[in-house]
Amino acid sequence: MSELTTVPKAIGGPSNYLDERLGAGNFLKRNLRKVFPDHWSFLLGEIALYSFVILLLTGTFLTLWFKPSMMEIEYAGSYAPLRGVMMSEAYASSLEISFDVRGGLLMRQMHHWAALLFVAGMTVHALRVFFTGAYRKPRELNWIIGVLLLTLALAEGLTGYSLPDDLLSGAGLRITEGVAISLPLVGTYITFFLFGGEYPGEDVIARFYSLHILLIPGIILALVSAHMVLMWMQKHTQMPGKGRNNHNVVGAPFYPAFMAKAGAYFLFTFAVIAGLATFAQINPIWLFGPYTPADISAGSQPDWYMGFLEGALRIMPSWEINMFGTANAGTLPLSVIIPALVPMGIIMTGLALYPFLEQWVTGDKREHHVADRPRNNPHRTSIGISAITFYGLLWLLGANDEIAANFHVSLNWTTYVGRVLIFVGPALAYLITYRMCLGLQRYDAGVISHGVESGVIKRLPHGEFIEVHTPPADDIEAHVRGKRPVLMLPVDDDSSGIPPKGMRGPLGKLRGLMSKAYGGEKIPLDDGHGDGDGHAAIGEGSDDHTLTR
Amino acid sequence: MTDNEHEIEQPDERVPKRVIGTPAPGTSLLGEAEPADEDVEVPGVTLQDEQKARKAERIVALCFFVTFLAAVAFIISYVFFQVGSPESTGVSNLALGGTLTLALLGLAVGIVVWVRQIMPKYSLVQERHPMVSPADDREYVADTFVRGANESGFVKRKLLRRTLLLAAAPLGLVPLVLLRDLDNSKMPGARFNKTLRHTVWGEKTKDGKPLKLVVEGTGQPIRAADFNSPGGILSVVPEGYEHDLNALAKATLILIKFRPEEIKSGVNQNWTHDGIVAYSKICTHVGCPAALYEQTTHHILCPCHQSTFDAADGAKVIFGPAARPLPQLPIAVDSEGYLVAQGDFKVPPGPSYWERGDAEAEARAKGGQA
Repeated sequence: MSELTTVPKAIGGPSNYLDERLGAGNFLKRNLRKVFPDHWSFLLGEIALYSFVILLLTGTFLTLWFKPSMMEIEYAGSYAPLRGVMMSEAYASSLEISFDVRGGLLMRQMHHWAALLFVAGMTVHALRVFFTGAYRKPRELNWIIGVLLLTLALAEGLTGYSLPDDLLSGAGLRITEGVAISLPLVGTYITFFLFGGEYPGEDVIARFYSLHILLIPGIILALVSAHMVLMWMQKHTQMPGKGRNNHNVVGAPFYPAFMAKAGAYFLFTFAVIAGLATFAQINPIWLFGPYTPADISAGSQPDWYMGFLEGALRIMPSWEINMFGTANAGTLPLSVIIPALVPMGIIMTGLALYPFLEQWVTGDKREHHVADRPRNNPHRTSIGISAITFYGLLWLLGANDEIAANFHVSLNWTTYVGRVLIFVGPALAYLITYRMCLGLQRYDAGVISHGVESGVIKRLPHGEFIEVHTPPADDIEAHVRGKRPVLMLPVDDDSSGIPPKGMRGPLGKLRGLMSKAYGGEKIPLDDGHGDGDGHAAIGEGSDDHTLTR
Repeated sequence: MTDNEHEIEQPDERVPKRVIGTPAPGTSLLGEAEPADEDVEVPGVTLQDEQKARKAERIVALCFFVTFLAAVAFIISYVFFQVGSPESTGVSNLALGGTLTLALLGLAVGIVVWVRQIMPKYSLVQERHPMVSPADDREYVADTFVRGANESGFVKRKLLRRTLLLAAAPLGLVPLVLLRDLDNSKMPGARFNKTLRHTVWGEKTKDGKPLKLVVEGTGQPIRAADFNSPGGILSVVPEGYEHDLNALAKATLILIKFRPEEIKSGVNQNWTHDGIVAYSKICTHVGCPAALYEQTTHHILCPCHQSTFDAADGAKVIFGPAARPLPQLPIAVDSEGYLVAQGDFKVPPGPSYWERGDAEAEARAKGGQA
């Protein structure tokens, strides 16, 4: 077929109609060829976005049959083993979706898998943004939106998990109640209001249902849109590289390349979720039976994103304080309150505040559009890995019964070891990561000053064999040279020994100390070697064959 | 180049040297020759080789055709495979899911080949501008804001401003007030915690007799003489409340039969019958049913967070996050030899809450064991 020379009528007509009413032409003129930079790590957030779309699609399908009611009925559906058993309408309708609606089981399993992938996608996306410093000015607000989205996703997961009202989901609900009622002062009120009276009551599923399908997804949808609009307006960050700097953006145009790529990526996500739902069974509710507070199955596990709370609950020592003795007030069940609130608080508040704390420490008020390589801000990377270790340990300990059973170790010891590791692990992770970052920076300095191994072995006149190094390729060099020192506050005392303004007093001193440690260039790219023998290249016969020193 | 300040001198001969393990210059990663420079019409847009693109087009077409077939197969599977039994549902799930996955994959792969091998390679550069608005604009906005604020009279007219705030305060509370009836029990809030202190074991049957202990699931009352093998354990619910989930959430028991010499001082002997002891099954940590029992050690284990209780010693906590023992229920036998409750728990069962206080100490002070 020949190529187009004008816009075809079928498109031109409606476009004209719309433009005359919306004036969209101006927007499209500026945005059709909007440039999107490319890097594999930029795709992580898209997984979350597309999973969310799939959640909306499959979730809507499920609502057509699901009955959010806790009324007890006798099951009369197709699943023979449960016929005649008393159960809630919610559970019965979940069974109906699974066994009496064609494609119902597929949609249910896709919904569950998509939910797991949604939170996982958000989590790795958040980590990517953190480790590359992509949350820095001007993107702090979008970062906060992201943290809110992550929190809402957990709430959305929790409410959805409770809806089928099988024995497993009921165990989750019971733990939710146990945590809610433990809160000081307001605990009993919160549970009575949530459950419409005593646990479990007859209201909570209908209430979780309206939260799960309306309120929370509505807010998520609004925040996701805001997240996208801000990303669009501020233009995506790019990795350092050839021709890329803070004043440009290099990549592929939205129309047609990025658009098509994004569409394909959506389809891939969709296909993976459909494939998982086809071949990997998830949450076989018919095996668990209806919920009753009197029963539980051993090895009950929450969805993965709740695992860290579960682990925290498991390793906590049995602390409980009765502040006023036998008076009917003042009971603080620390063994519930601390694990339920502290890890989540540390992680979410830490995430939300990090951009501002970093700015306070470094005094960096500049705009940043080129992402950091994680090694180039070693303290940030160490803090991040330390947090991952903290989270990961709690997450693992959430399955300590499985660990004990599968690896034949004492269950009690997994707990004792966990209680120590949860403090030691993050500290060790910090130290190791910090050293690794510096090591990698030294390696980079080596690449710049000595080049990379060429594979050419050369014999020198006096008989020694050396490997000749060759300068790095342009794009690699540009990538490495994208490094910028972390900014530092002017912390040093002036000539008369008076510290600068804002660095006085205990808080100011702390800020100064932190700034000194956090900021500054640790391993300058160009004098990492100290030999001063220039660039080793073929024929130059440098006898330096170590890259890192 | 980047705007970096570390420019170094670049020897002319450095460019074409080949690094082992990397492709030779002029080869792309896929092994084909890179398009010659004269193909470039727009800077940053490198057109694909037409021959290669034609080959790619056939691959894309094949992928799209796979999608067509798979989607048709999906519709046929929907009609053909019925659901109902776990087996037939499994087959239907496999057919529907498999065809859906294939259809989506075909489309996805096709588009990717299309983008990568038919569309040009792009390396377009766009400028970024600082996010901040020009100073003139900011000044104009500031002026307009001040003018508008003054025009509205909000600044000058104190009465207006204050009454507006006054009006807003209670109106903001309205949605909160409306939530009060979320609790359907019609109780005053101060009584919430009182209801948590009682279970249905304190009730009597219609004819005034104490409630029988019945086996969970079957509803059979338990004759003490029949529950006679030491180490035996039963999950027990109150007679007449077998399907009342609210009652079960507090009143479910585990019933354990001991040899008399196994029972230690933590157990209140007056509340047992012939070595049969009843504990609340609801874990004192966050309320899971503590359902696992190890006969040889007499340990009750909660499967949720592994709180472990010593059943032979008053269900004392010996491991895990639970802070209090499982409350013991006073039991006895009635005239027919069935196990019945002597009365309610002396302390609230289940997870702790703010108003609970040290109920164990309180019970001890009133006499007797908790």
